[in-house]
Amino acid sequence: MSGSGTVTGIPPVTPAPEAGGPGRWRKHALAAGFLAPAALMLGVWIVYPTISTFYRSFFDQDGEKFVWFDNYQTLFSSDVILTAIKNNAIWVLVVPALVTAVGLVFAVLTERIRWSVAFKTAVFMPMAISAFAAGITWRLVYIQDPDQGALNAGIAVVKDTFSPGGVLSSARPSSDAVVGTPGGGLTLDTALEPGGVAPLGLTAIRSSDVPEDAVQAVLPEALQGGINGVVWRDFKPGGGTPGEVESDEFGLPGVTVELRDADRRTLDTTTSASDGSFAFEDVEPGSYRVAIGEKTFAQPFGGVTWLGEKLVTPAILISYLWIWAGFAMVVIVAGLAAIPRDTLEAARTDGATEWQVFRRVTVPLLAPVLTVVFITMLINVLKVFDIVIAIAPGSVQDDATVLALQMWRTAFGGSNDFGVGSAIAVFIFLLVIPILALNIRRFRREV
Amino acid sequence: MSEAARLDPGVRGEARTGDERASARILRLIGKAPVNVVLIFVGLLWLVPTLGLFLTSLLLPGDFATNGWWQVFSEPSTLTFENYRAIFENDAITSALVTTILIAVGGTVLPIMIAALAGYAFAWLDFPGRDWLFILVIALLVVPLQMALIPIFSLYNTLGIFDTVFSLILFHTAFGLPFAIFLLRNFFIGIPRDLMEAARIDGASEIRIFVRLILPLGLPAIASLAIFQFLWTWNDLLVALTFGRETQPITVAIFSQLRQFGANIELIAPATFVSLVIPLAVFFAFQRYFVEGLLAGSVK
Repeated sequence: MSGSGTVTGIPPVTPAPEAGGPGRWRKHALAAGFLAPAALMLGVWIVYPTISTFYRSFFDQDGEKFVWFDNYQTLFSSDVILTAIKNNAIWVLVVPALVTAVGLVFAVLTERIRWSVAFKTAVFMPMAISAFAAGITWRLVYIQDPDQGALNAGIAVVKDTFSPGGVLSSARPSSDAVVGTPGGGLTLDTALEPGGVAPLGLTAIRSSDVPEDAVQAVLPEALQGGINGVVWRDFKPGGGTPGEVESDEFGLPGVTVELRDADRRTLDTTTSASDGSFAFEDVEPGSYRVAIGEKTFAQPFGGVTWLGEKLVTPAILISYLWIWAGFAMVVIVAGLAAIPRDTLEAARTDGATEWQVFRRVTVPLLAPVLTVVFITMLINVLKVFDIVIAIAPGSVQDDATVLALQMWRTAFGGSNDFGVGSAIAVFIFLLVIPILALNIRRFRREV
Repeated sequence: MSEAARLDPGVRGEARTGDERASARILRLIGKAPVNVVLIFVGLLWLVPTLGLFLTSLLLPGDFATNGWWQVFSEPSTLTFENYRAIFENDAITSALVTTILIAVGGTVLPIMIAALAGYAFAWLDFPGRDWLFILVIALLVVPLQMALIPIFSLYNTLGIFDTVFSLILFHTAFGLPFAIFLLRNFFIGIPRDLMEAARIDGASEIRIFVRLILPLGLPAIASLAIFQFLWTWNDLLVALTFGRETQPITVAIFSQLRQFGANIELIAPATFVSLVIPLAVFFAFQRYFVEGLLAGSVK
């Protein structure tokens, strides 16, 4: 692209008029010699196989029986191949547009910062990595356990800030005295009046989950004009008697206890102390229930199943964007550099806002470059293989599959059906032919 | 430079006081803060996955399982090169690395040699049907690899070269050629005709012109091409997976461990990182050629 030659002192020479005869044949032989290795390679490894695959797609699995269009019929009747077609349609609709748009935004924004080289390097770097290695890198990001997968760990941090997991996510009532489900909160079965005492015994709490400041549980004395009680871990080594506060059984501090009226409305809440005791003072005469709210039993965030059948394709699309955004950005930056500054300046002088300049001047002038990025991505997306096979676990590959992957799985991944495999390859080829025509037209316009 | 010219208030009006200029500058800095913040965030976002892979590769499996790679920020003592020691003592991995190097070097040198010859012929030699043949090359540029897998699989079996480094190199060579010929022809055609004619008048043969003139002048394009071809062949999974069994490059060796992803992280993470360190080094060392080649290939 850049300076291709040096200036020499040799005067221009008009080429000698083309002479016929033996000289011409020598020249042709020479050209043939220069072209022969390439012709051999392209002929044997690309042209012959292309024809052969077309031919092969009309034969059955073993290649012995001519089956007309049966393999193509399979293409549109097999569930997995249909999924591949559907997924590839999603890829085609989403990825080229998304990558081009993100690349455009990055390209325009990098012009406004001083450290654009660093930014471009960071975003462009994944281009050098194999799609396969990028896939593994993202498979680590997508691990479901928030203790291992970075994405779920990030979500867990945000989620715990707004709705933290309960202190006792696994606790169950220790006896029939306490009823209800953890999801709706646990209630003492007996109604209480002021002066009543509520023993709320819980079990199935791992000793590691008992708060550190917990001490020996104490069943409090009845409170005049109030309701009190204790929340405790109704279990000790050896078991103990359910429903009774015994020595070596710990109180459960920090539990939110609710006082409810006969209509189950929550009137008051309090928090248990380190010995598990709690109290509601100055309670009006009447019949009440004491309950532990459902929040106490909220399950901690278990992680989003990114690589399950529903989210696996979006997850792979994101990692694909991560690889290719840099490519789009770099090509568009080069296109931006070719836009004359004066044009933009003139628009600004005429009072256009930055957005108007972008929308009405920059984007139209960039249109050819954006088209190139878009078409390049279109071709790439039809051939996508490595990243899907790297990210999608074996169990969801049927859900995440795309045409190129399904072609390989059909022909080489176990079933060894060369007939249907050839048909899928031909199908991919037919999809790229319009792009091929476009490329040729561009070249001919140039010549 | 243009940035400075555009933002200099003096360009439009001269009668501005220093005060106004300073306040305008402060306003501009404040105006730019959101862009900077957003791009810093995006830049970090782009680095985190690779950083995560690297740090994971430095953790023992037990440490990784209980708390992810970010634990190294609070407990740097958990970092260890133990996993790397283990994979470099693993014969499957080391021989896979050797195989990868052989494939990548062969798959880079061979197509460039062949494409340089053809590119020269398309650019500077006269022969009937030249443009049509070149259009054929452009057409082959988009033929999906999948079209060749099945016939070449059968061909390799017939010839008895299935599962060899050489057969993998040949496949990469063929599928690298259309782009290589396209790129080199377009570069060679930009070499001034005068140079060529002068050499011809001096009696130099076409072969001599090719070796002494075209190749040296075409070096920038050849460098770009070499980087691309090297990265493609080094990073390949599909071709090696199809035409190799025992002949495993690093990608295939890692692939064979994926079935037990969770259990094999201590092998997968460092091996993957090793497999991407070489391409990254090539990328950082030759970034300029890489970008130029990319632009030459896509924007014409």
